[in-house]
Amino acid sequence: MSRITHYFKSLLLIELLKGMALTWRYLFAPKYTMRYPMEHIPKSNRFRGLHALRRYPNGEERCIACKLCEAVCPALAITIDSAPRASDGQRRTTRYDIDLFKCIFCGFCEESCPVDSIVETSIHEYHFEQRGENVVTKPQLLAIGDRFEADIAAARAQDAAYR
Amino acid sequence: MGDQILNQLVWPIVHILAIVLPLVLAVAMFVYWERKIIGWMHVRMGPNKIGPLGLLQAFADVVKLLIKEVILPTNANRFLYYLAPLLALVPALAAWSVIPFGTKMVLANVNAGLLYLLAMTSLGVYGIILAGWASNSRYALLGAMRSAAQVISYELAMGLCLVCVLVLAGSLNLTDIVMAQAGSKGIGEWFMWPLLPVFVIYFISGVAETNRAPFDVAEGESEIVAGFHVEYSGSAFALFFLAEYANMILVSFLASILFMGGWLSPFPESWGWIGHGNFFWLFAKAFAFAFLFLWFRASFPRYRYDQIMRLGWKVFIPITIVWVLVAGCMKYFGWVTIGTGV
Amino acid sequence: MINPQLFQLICFYAFATVTVASALAVITLRNSVHAVLALVLTFFSSACIWLLAEAEFLAIALIVVYVGAVMVLFLFVVMMLDIDQEKMREGFVKFLPVGLIVALVMLGEMLALIGVRAMHARVLGANPATEAGLSNTAWLGHALYTDYLLPFEIAALILTVGVVAAVALTLRHRGGVRYQTASQQVAVKASDRVRIVKMAADTNYGRTPAPAASEESK
Repeated sequence: MSRITHYFKSLLLIELLKGMALTWRYLFAPKYTMRYPMEHIPKSNRFRGLHALRRYPNGEERCIACKLCEAVCPALAITIDSAPRASDGQRRTTRYDIDLFKCIFCGFCEESCPVDSIVETSIHEYHFEQRGENVVTKPQLLAIGDRFEADIAAARAQDAAYR
Repeated sequence: MGDQILNQLVWPIVHILAIVLPLVLAVAMFVYWERKIIGWMHVRMGPNKIGPLGLLQAFADVVKLLIKEVILPTNANRFLYYLAPLLALVPALAAWSVIPFGTKMVLANVNAGLLYLLAMTSLGVYGIILAGWASNSRYALLGAMRSAAQVISYELAMGLCLVCVLVLAGSLNLTDIVMAQAGSKGIGEWFMWPLLPVFVIYFISGVAETNRAPFDVAEGESEIVAGFHVEYSGSAFALFFLAEYANMILVSFLASILFMGGWLSPFPESWGWIGHGNFFWLFAKAFAFAFLFLWFRASFPRYRYDQIMRLGWKVFIPITIVWVLVAGCMKYFGWVTIGTGV
Repeated sequence: MINPQLFQLICFYAFATVTVASALAVITLRNSVHAVLALVLTFFSSACIWLLAEAEFLAIALIVVYVGAVMVLFLFVVMMLDIDQEKMREGFVKFLPVGLIVALVMLGEMLALIGVRAMHARVLGANPATEAGLSNTAWLGHALYTDYLLPFEIAALILTVGVVAAVALTLRHRGGVRYQTASQQVAVKASDRVRIVKMAADTNYGRTPAPAASEESK
């Protein structure tokens, strides 16, 4: 008996018609597409994007050249040189390079930093046009930090309760 | 003298252009519509950037294809390689000459129109085979083999479906076949009712014949990249594309003409203007069938190759042979009073 | 502008030239795929000649059957061949005399036959289809299924026997071969493959201490 019903089921294309009914319903379903440049998917405050070096409110850079980030970096993307600063002899970085081709955006540098200097911002839309632009230098990182300090601080404040 | 030149040379060319140019345009819009429909069924949006609602997408693609280089593979057979796209396109366009769009709107009202159509559709397979062989590529050759075997197998089922129609209509002329479905009952007079199984099989065979999903093993992306036209680029590829879509639209038109009364209205004649036959009805029916092609592609996974062959030879051909007999009985004993004439 | 009869004559000679030229190409072309394509062209142009002779049905049947199906299978076979062109031309000179003699004998026989037939030739009457007021196809169908029904059915029977014989000759069941049976695969139901077992959910998992732990606490 079941063989006969199965025979007629397959002959009358029941299952295929069911499948077509499904796609017909989806024809009118609301679409999931995000119109990317105009629309953005909401980002978490923990999003790990382009790096930045922060400053204290008085304008002094936070980084004390402890090189913990360089040590912890699993991709060896960070290169730091340090020397006493000429004006007051404080230990400061003379060079702070991050190779974005090597970086895997794991966030370990941010975690390891004792003074919250190196952070990862929520910026993910950037590009390079020339060879070598993938290495971001200390002035660039500081500039990014200066420009987005408000966002960075807000994201850190939101996350503070969970740390 | 001038009149003769006008009548024998200019007017036929004008008529041909009046069919071919809208057809090419229809192919362009059909490609756009396909991408839209499949996008919607996948809960995406489809092309929406170029022009209003993405309407110019197809033209952008055409321009892109035309300015690209046509690459000749190493050791390919140059002559056949360039000949194959034309061999695919010419039968696809030539078949349109016997399609009637209205009572008098037909380029060539030949007596053996249906046979001519069969001949033209069977010629299309040469483009595919030669493209596959001349490319000197194993993927192309495999695709061509699959495609050719499939086209030949389904041509038989398709031919038997046509036999059913012409048994009931009693003519090979497409205009006569449409007029045989005219009558007072409108939609009730169409051949699709007494020939329902044949109608379904005809359309499915049409899908298989044009190598469309779910029968598109000829270009199965996951196994043989793109099948017979894998080596083609630029305008040569565009010709294959044009031929494939022109064939799809042709099958849609044929299904409307043979089984759904062509340009006849689905409403009874007595309902006033809405009951009158008009080429608008033909276009509406063909559009519905063309939509089915896209719907199938969005719904069904690809058939396995041996299952395609089994479906063609072991399912479709027996059913159609039985129905040829049934159709003969219908006609001989007068079981159905379809096509009462106007 | 142009006399229709003259035009028809010009067309006939054009098609005939193409037919003969492509037929010659079939036997002279080196590349076998090209040769098959030349054969296709031969069929096509002979169909055109038949069309000129108002034999529409035969012409289109020639295209549907020979060009559309038979030649495609030919192409299939020829495409799969790996022919060594050099080896093919070996011994051409050696066999040339024999070939020439055979060809000449055949030519003589054919000419004799044509001569004999020409003496008995009758002038063809008017086109019977147009006389009966029918289209060519309809008249042909009529003739086949009334006057020539028996020969027609016998031909059909012979063809069927041919098909059966071909199948019987090639069909063999080899042991030890694993293959898929599509009809069995299609007939599979979900209930054949998957057994769904209902089990009560363990809602206490990980919350209450395990029995072993409670024993320890005693």
